[in-house]
Amino acid sequence: MEAGTAARRRARPELALRGASLTYLGVMVVLPMLAMAWQAFRPGPAAFWAAVTEPYAWHALKLTFVTAFIMVFVGAVTGTATAWVLVRYEFPGRNLVNALIDLPFAVPTVVTGVMLVALYGPQSVVGAIMGKAGWKVIYDQPGIILALLFVTYPFVIRSVQPVLLSLDRAEEEAAATLGAGPWTTFFRITLPTLWPSILTGSALSFSRALGEYGSVVMVAGNQPLLTKTAPIYIFGEIESGNRHGALAVSAVLLGSSLLILVALNALQRRGEVRDVA
Amino acid sequence: MSPDPAPGADPAPEGMTLARAGDLPLKGRDEPSSWGRRLLIAAVLIWFAALILIPGAALVRQAFAKGWQPLASALAEPAVRRAFVMSLGITLVATVVNTVFGIAMALVLVRQRFFGRTLIDGVVDMPFAVSPIVAGLMLIVLYGPDSPVGGWLESRGFQVIYALPGMVLATMFVTVPFVVRELVPILRELGEEYEQAAHTLGAGRWRTFWSVTLPSIRWGVAYGVTLTVARCLGEFGAVLVVSGNVIGHTQTATLYIAEGIDSFHPEGAYAASLVLAAASFLLLVGMDLVRHRLEGAREVEP
Repeated sequence: MEAGTAARRRARPELALRGASLTYLGVMVVLPMLAMAWQAFRPGPAAFWAAVTEPYAWHALKLTFVTAFIMVFVGAVTGTATAWVLVRYEFPGRNLVNALIDLPFAVPTVVTGVMLVALYGPQSVVGAIMGKAGWKVIYDQPGIILALLFVTYPFVIRSVQPVLLSLDRAEEEAAATLGAGPWTTFFRITLPTLWPSILTGSALSFSRALGEYGSVVMVAGNQPLLTKTAPIYIFGEIESGNRHGALAVSAVLLGSSLLILVALNALQRRGEVRDVA
Repeated sequence: MSPDPAPGADPAPEGMTLARAGDLPLKGRDEPSSWGRRLLIAAVLIWFAALILIPGAALVRQAFAKGWQPLASALAEPAVRRAFVMSLGITLVATVVNTVFGIAMALVLVRQRFFGRTLIDGVVDMPFAVSPIVAGLMLIVLYGPDSPVGGWLESRGFQVIYALPGMVLATMFVTVPFVVRELVPILRELGEEYEQAAHTLGAGRWRTFWSVTLPSIRWGVAYGVTLTVARCLGEFGAVLVVSGNVIGHTQTATLYIAEGIDSFHPEGAYAASLVLAAASFLLLVGMDLVRHRLEGAREVEP
């Protein structure tokens, strides 16, 4: 066969292409990550631990994880409901809503913050009404969750939608024929099929929420021990020259985010979770 | 372009191929509408409106609060113009570089077999897992004035951090995965037959790439580029960390907005926000159109 010579003739440009793209990836992504990891762990585990458990840092990390968990819970329910309504029901404006779902991916995070403050801030009509009712959203912790819900809005919907579309309805119809009500059918038949895609969307949302900065800082400010999330804390420490404190908290954030994505990847490889683009 | 279906390729399942962005296929129940269903639709629409739609409308109202004139004069200010020029310049550089890289990397990942390919595939996604602030910090650690690399560069009179090169690098870092992620599944689905056919017919490598590979992935490239542009224009955290925020000189549109809101004259910030929001809306429309083409291309091609 001519395969041997063809393969040899092919080899050199292919190696050059591989070398060039891997070099770019190495310089752009791998090198900065290694440099950061090295700097973060160089002073030793005791110093690392001290930097992470420093009261302000600890509070920032706790706040980040708690708000992300609340967001994920709300987002999973509303996202699944939205995907369901968009796929199953006909209503006016359905295609328009479906096209606008991705808007949070296109809008800059800072602009997200400006939008939410313009609507729910203390100077707006809505904000004033909420303030009279005793609800403080903007410049407080609920504002963080609101901002996170905005920026992660498409994840669960876009992950559940294709599964719902390709779902075989026969089982649901069988359950209905056998006398199961709509809720029983949903929880017993549909939800088990949707779980993996809900999980995928939620994991992506959570990972995004851990690192979110722009929208959160615009909506909630950077009040220590109140609205200072981990990324805001890191920025503050960089500005004030506490490089090691910033690095240690960064390592925790990055480690958690990577862990989530690696776990998700492992699940996808086992074929339990649907791969979403 | 409608190549003959490859032998043995099954037609894609129905329903899936119809899943277009613009008109979502309906898989509804045929029962008459019930109250529960109306309630669910209402709840979903109210949530969508409260989270996405009305905040957008509130921004428009805020920006137009005093009419056209102040809005136009706020946008005409030199600081605003400089910030937008800066944003567009950074976006152009980062998008071009990452598009070239994205096409090359996707070709390598799909068409070549080598040790550690799965690992590299994961590394490409890493910037998605990194907080923008942390991304900026990484660049400071690597290229900052007190690092070996940064110190050496500075001694040659080349400043990276707290200057424009750092802002470009930060934007490039956060947008590394977009084009690659769009192209890998498309290239995989496409297969190698046409490229091999072109090769057999005597076309060289470049010729094959320009007249066979690139035309078949062009909508995928377009989609990846749109996502990249959106992210570049909107990037804030990473650029903020490495910019040092020197007024005027190293300010992008997003930095200008954040600074304007914090100061006592937010009119310029609202105006700039409106422009960026309008730009992202246009990008979304563009994404939608490109996705139509993508799905259309998939329906025709095997």
